[in-house]
Amino acid sequence: MKILVALKQVPDTETKIKIAADGKSLDPADVKWITSPYDEYALEEGLRLKEAVGAEVVAVSVGEDKAKDVLRNALALGAGQAVLIRTPEAGEPLAVAKALAAFAEGKGFDLLLFGNKGFGADNGAVGSMVAELLGLAQANLVTKLDLGEGTFRAEREGDGGTEIVEGSLPAVITAQRGLNDPRYASLKGIMAAKKKTIEEVEVPAAAAAARVSAMVLPSARPEGRKLEGDAATQAAALVSLLKNEAKVL
Amino acid sequence: MILVFCELKDGKIRKPSLEALSEARRLADAAGKQVGAVFAGGGAAGAEEAAGFGADVILKAEAPALAAYSSDGYAALLADVVKAKGATILLAAATATGKDVAPRVAARLGAGYAADVTGLAVKDGRLQARRPVYAGKAFATVEFESPVQVATTRPNVFPVAPCPKAGTVEALSAAPVGFKAVVKEILAKAGGKLDLTEAEIIVSGGRGMKEGANFKILEELAETLGGVVGASRAAVDAGWGIPHSMQVGQTGKVVSPTLYIACGISGAIQHVAGMSTSKFVVAINKDPEAPIFKLADYGIVGDLFEVVPELTKALKG
Repeated sequence: MKILVALKQVPDTETKIKIAADGKSLDPADVKWITSPYDEYALEEGLRLKEAVGAEVVAVSVGEDKAKDVLRNALALGAGQAVLIRTPEAGEPLAVAKALAAFAEGKGFDLLLFGNKGFGADNGAVGSMVAELLGLAQANLVTKLDLGEGTFRAEREGDGGTEIVEGSLPAVITAQRGLNDPRYASLKGIMAAKKKTIEEVEVPAAAAAARVSAMVLPSARPEGRKLEGDAATQAAALVSLLKNEAKVL
Repeated sequence: MILVFCELKDGKIRKPSLEALSEARRLADAAGKQVGAVFAGGGAAGAEEAAGFGADVILKAEAPALAAYSSDGYAALLADVVKAKGATILLAAATATGKDVAPRVAARLGAGYAADVTGLAVKDGRLQARRPVYAGKAFATVEFESPVQVATTRPNVFPVAPCPKAGTVEALSAAPVGFKAVVKEILAKAGGKLDLTEAEIIVSGGRGMKEGANFKILEELAETLGGVVGASRAAVDAGWGIPHSMQVGQTGKVVSPTLYIACGISGAIQHVAGMSTSKFVVAINKDPEAPIFKLADYGIVGDLFEVVPELTKALKG
């Protein structure tokens, strides 16, 4: 079994977001970069399959030189191979999906694992797009995954509750929190990863289908009022304000 | 034509779909276009309701094979409808289903895609979308370069606007076969509760709840208000048996309810990112310095174990 795990390098989720001088992107100054949190569940699932059935795990990231950090980390955790995919115009989901699909096509992957969304752009689109471009089955927001002979069964967070999705392999699975508990890298793993090679491939630019033309910070909410008195008085005042001022009840 | 993928539940169009349909009507009026509401399923009883919300045409794909949702099957169907109608814009609600199928349709059509949009405009015949990024810590304007433009609308942001139109029903004859993945079963939530992202009123509990069993008082308040209960990451991570599906925040659900009541939640940046677009925020916390009060319209400094039951009582009274 051969597994692709797609990893995205994103700003730490505690980062205070500042807008760059171009008015349409993140100011990278003072940003600490991490592996997108949901991608960690994807990688862990791949590593467990490596341990359970001897699957081959290839970690890939579409990005620039600094994205090698997330790949190095994946190697330290146990990925057998790491590939940096360089492509221009990698800022929009379809272009990223096309680069990943171009890389994965014909390489015999049985399973393509993603986080359900990359923190930041938050489109949650790349996994589904890769599935479509390669003509594969998909299940998003997966909290449990079982594999059969050429088939999969996944539990996913649907609108009305947990949905059981069954489909054929190869498939794209996007991970939701709850799928597993990601491991930490061991010192031995970290040392070994330093000696491994991160491969690099170039994928020609796909025409951008969309682009971000502006980015702004949300306007601050005005500070509201505090309600005084004992609990019963506060509760009565709140109900009155919600009915008569906010008009939400 | 602007097409809207609409979801039905129990013979009614789901509210997030009505919101998307209403927004499509507004855009169509501004751009001189028609609106088509697309339905797919084993049956599409109730689809006619779309005529009351701005649909010029109602396109129904009804087939036994469509009774169970399939990402690839529904995507193929929707892409075919877009092509057949020469549509330039496809909207869907940013529900779990909408966000599952829409990017697949976009990839199939080589179309640009924007998820979870909170504002839409048509400028020089092209769609412009405003959407939260970095879990709402910033907002981006997305412009499309592709002929077809696909977006999902965040629930509870766009108003539902009744607008009677012809709603001419047209049956789609496509007979899709050979789906690669299908939903075999849905394990329904207890009591058929709404997903957090669709709820108009959310009562959330944080570390200040002290233990999982105490969420009962939030359930009672939520039930009285017709809302649902959420939780902060601190509460989910505390091992109180609160499932991650209830988590509001950057690594949980990002919500925009009309009313958000935060109980015993300090207001960490990671939580605020998930609820700062709520229309009205109430904070109940015993720490007057808690950051949550900075964004609360109404703040109550007090013991939530006294205030919440009093609130339930006042609402019932």
